[in-house]
Amino acid sequence: MDLPIPLETQLFFLLATIAILSAALVVFSPNIIHSGFALLGAFGGVAGLYIFLSADFVAVVQILVYIGGILVLILFSVMLTNRIRNIAISNQSINRWLSIPVGAALAGLLAYVARYPSGRDAAGLDRHPWNVIPNADNSMLGRLGDAFLDEYLMPFELASVVILVALIGAAYIARREVRGD
Amino acid sequence: MDQIIHVGLPHFLVVAAILFTLGLLCVVTRRNAIGILMGVELILNAANINFVAFTKYTSASVGGHVFAVFVIVMAAAEAAIALAITLSLFQKSKSIIADENTLLKN
Repeated sequence: MDLPIPLETQLFFLLATIAILSAALVVFSPNIIHSGFALLGAFGGVAGLYIFLSADFVAVVQILVYIGGILVLILFSVMLTNRIRNIAISNQSINRWLSIPVGAALAGLLAYVARYPSGRDAAGLDRHPWNVIPNADNSMLGRLGDAFLDEYLMPFELASVVILVALIGAAYIARREVRGD
Repeated sequence: MDQIIHVGLPHFLVVAAILFTLGLLCVVTRRNAIGILMGVELILNAANINFVAFTKYTSASVGGHVFAVFVIVMAAAEAAIALAITLSLFQKSKSIIADENTLLKN
């Protein structure tokens, strides 16, 4: 097969593979805490797919709420409810001397990529540093904000009430019983 | 082959279908209540991929994105409530295995 595979297709299959393999690990892992950590890959892969679909705001919300909120909550309750004392959990690290040069190489690679991209590209044109577009058109975010405060104002306010009630309820349910108050 | 190479709406629908199926499997087969909750989160993510993909490929509005954000908000509320219930259940019955908790049965 000499058909060149476009970069976006490769990227899509990478993200989809990450999401699906992590989800499979969530489902089939015998250890619940491994499932919890595999959920990170599933949520991250899905966030990448959102970016692929040019839904950047949804992707950011996914990372903030799912990975930053729900996943931490899930891991907390796994650790609070499972008798993880029974599982031999150690905190030792292995391959420490290998990890330092690998980390340094990774930092160097990131700095190399992030440096001022001077020079000329293949077409002989001066490369604009970082290809920064003045007044970049972030119309999707603007349209989303307009939609939230115009067409979907009522559901938006209702969602805020729902989440307030849910959090108060969660705090009420999860609190420790106070005897003889 | 050409249809596989060029990423389009069916690709995302297939990924969402696989994620949904995995989530459903998780809900059906897990005995741990938190494992069931993880399956629910996978299902919600699959639905969200569909919302966003249909918005990108078939619609000019941002309604799908708005609904995806609402789904994420509801998932947060649902996770908070469900985990609070799980913790409360664990305090009471020392077990969060779903089919061992039959408080409502008799």
